[in-house]
Amino acid sequence: MGKILMKGNEAIGAAAIKAGCKYFFGYPITPQNELPEYMSRELPKVGGVFLQAESEVAAINMVYGAAGAGARVMTSSSSPGIALKQEGISYIAGAELPCVIVNIVRGGPGLGGIQPAQSDYYQATRGGGNGDYRHVVYAPATLQETVDLVMEAFDVADMYRIPVMVIGDGMIGQMMEPVEFKEPKKRELPPKDWATDGTKGEREPNIINSLFIDPQELEDHVWKLEKKHELIKQNETRYEEYNLEDAEVVVVAYGTTSRVVKNAIAKCEEEGIKVGLIRPITLWPFPEEAFDKINENAKGVLTVEMSTGQMIDDVKIAVKGKHPVYFHGRTGGMVPDPRDIVAEIKKIAGGEK
Amino acid sequence: MSTKVFERTKGLTKKPFHYCPGCTHGIIHRLVGEVLEELGVLGKAIGVAPVGCSVFAYDYFNCDMHEAAHGRAPAVATGIKRVHPDSVVFTYQGDGDLASIGTAEIVHAAHRGEKITTIFVNNAIYGMTGGQMAPTTLIGQKATTAPLGRDEAHTGKPLKVSEMLSTIDGAKFVERVSVHNAANIRKAKKAIKKAFEVQLAGEGFGIVEVLSTCPTNWGMTPTESLKWLEENMIPYYPLGNFRTPEEVK
Repeated sequence: MGKILMKGNEAIGAAAIKAGCKYFFGYPITPQNELPEYMSRELPKVGGVFLQAESEVAAINMVYGAAGAGARVMTSSSSPGIALKQEGISYIAGAELPCVIVNIVRGGPGLGGIQPAQSDYYQATRGGGNGDYRHVVYAPATLQETVDLVMEAFDVADMYRIPVMVIGDGMIGQMMEPVEFKEPKKRELPPKDWATDGTKGEREPNIINSLFIDPQELEDHVWKLEKKHELIKQNETRYEEYNLEDAEVVVVAYGTTSRVVKNAIAKCEEEGIKVGLIRPITLWPFPEEAFDKINENAKGVLTVEMSTGQMIDDVKIAVKGKHPVYFHGRTGGMVPDPRDIVAEIKKIAGGEK
Repeated sequence: MSTKVFERTKGLTKKPFHYCPGCTHGIIHRLVGEVLEELGVLGKAIGVAPVGCSVFAYDYFNCDMHEAAHGRAPAVATGIKRVHPDSVVFTYQGDGDLASIGTAEIVHAAHRGEKITTIFVNNAIYGMTGGQMAPTTLIGQKATTAPLGRDEAHTGKPLKVSEMLSTIDGAKFVERVSVHNAANIRKAKKAIKKAFEVQLAGEGFGIVEVLSTCPTNWGMTPTESLKWLEENMIPYYPLGNFRTPEEVK
């Protein structure tokens, strides 16, 4: 199949359906509305169900029910809506169910704005829900990568019985790029023999639950989750790296910002400055190993984000104090200008910082 | 030769209930279990447990069960029913769960005509958390967060859920029953059965509100509680059917 030109939000919907997602529960919020609209048109054609819920809270709990019943299911929202979904995400993680959650991030806090932002890094990677839980977070930078990761997200969710979030910003959701739908690498997926689909009188009842009233049982459960998190760190961490061996300055950026950063890097190279890049593709697990590859003579690590600095916490942990860490960011829906990034890189390379 | 006149329904597991002495949850559990067994739907039943005293309902019903967050059972049930439209899906919720934190979920499950059955246990108080005021607490009734008794000027009048839901077209079966004596227990079972039959007929949403006791948090003996229910709750929460579709009349 060849490439077709699609808008980001619709490409996400198409990728989900190709990955076998048949159920979508959502609630309107800008800038992701084309995704539920697409699903409302397309899911009935494949025998699936689109349902507009009464709230984001209800939508994620419908996802919780459908995931427990064994279905491939998705919801999408944008920042304030994802805040409302955190209750359900914590339950889904606690009950070890697979689902895919798309967050087309907009500026915050509060009602914030509707322009592209990356100010939900904490929300996505630390979770706004309660308890010791994690979930996978994919941060694609192009629409091709978005559709690839959406398709893979369903497999990863099923494989580890964990929620998977795909985080884009308004830019990813609204822009158009050519995409091709390719099957993700084949994985051996476990059977969903835990699903609540009726005993048919042939087995003991299945129970979907996140309540463990005995503290020892809860501790055992949480450590079991943590063991799974470790396995995901080993197997599913993804990043793009460039020129870490001899870079004077290494820039860290994800999603839309990484595209702006790549322009800045090209400009610096024209001027003879060697710049490296680490682009996390999974925000959780964060690609800490990439930072061990930075050459010891590098003058600094520059984190560029569309926020006031959130990913920088993980960058500092990963750098382990070996290099100074600097920050450049725009927020509130403003996108970093490559010229400003070039200026920051030059300051670090020239020893001004 | 002896005749067996009563046996444990196959609709319940053998796990002993954790409920307080005199609490009527046990009776209501049994009625739901018996109805599921009599309708022959245990193999395709999926129940959704709430948060509150009946939070462990997933251990008691002998069918697939899903534990929901506080108030969200109708949304979880919606997700399950949309994936398995031929299954029999029910929620079992208390008055804090359904009439307070979960009002949006129950109203919109009814509004969509979601083909599920809700068993709504109304004992006019928060039981599990230790006797706080509920939207259903009667005027003058004492609760740990209404130590002088519920005051209408401060917190309004008790919420009549069955009356409210019966104004919604998608709610095809709405009935309020009580379990304070044998005659009413029999009527309650009939209503529960009809509510499930409405689901099986694909008619829409069905709810049975069951007036229930909480001796522990009401500070009464079980017998006093049954009498209090009859004398105080029923006059405010009148028993009866609010809606029944023709098909199951």
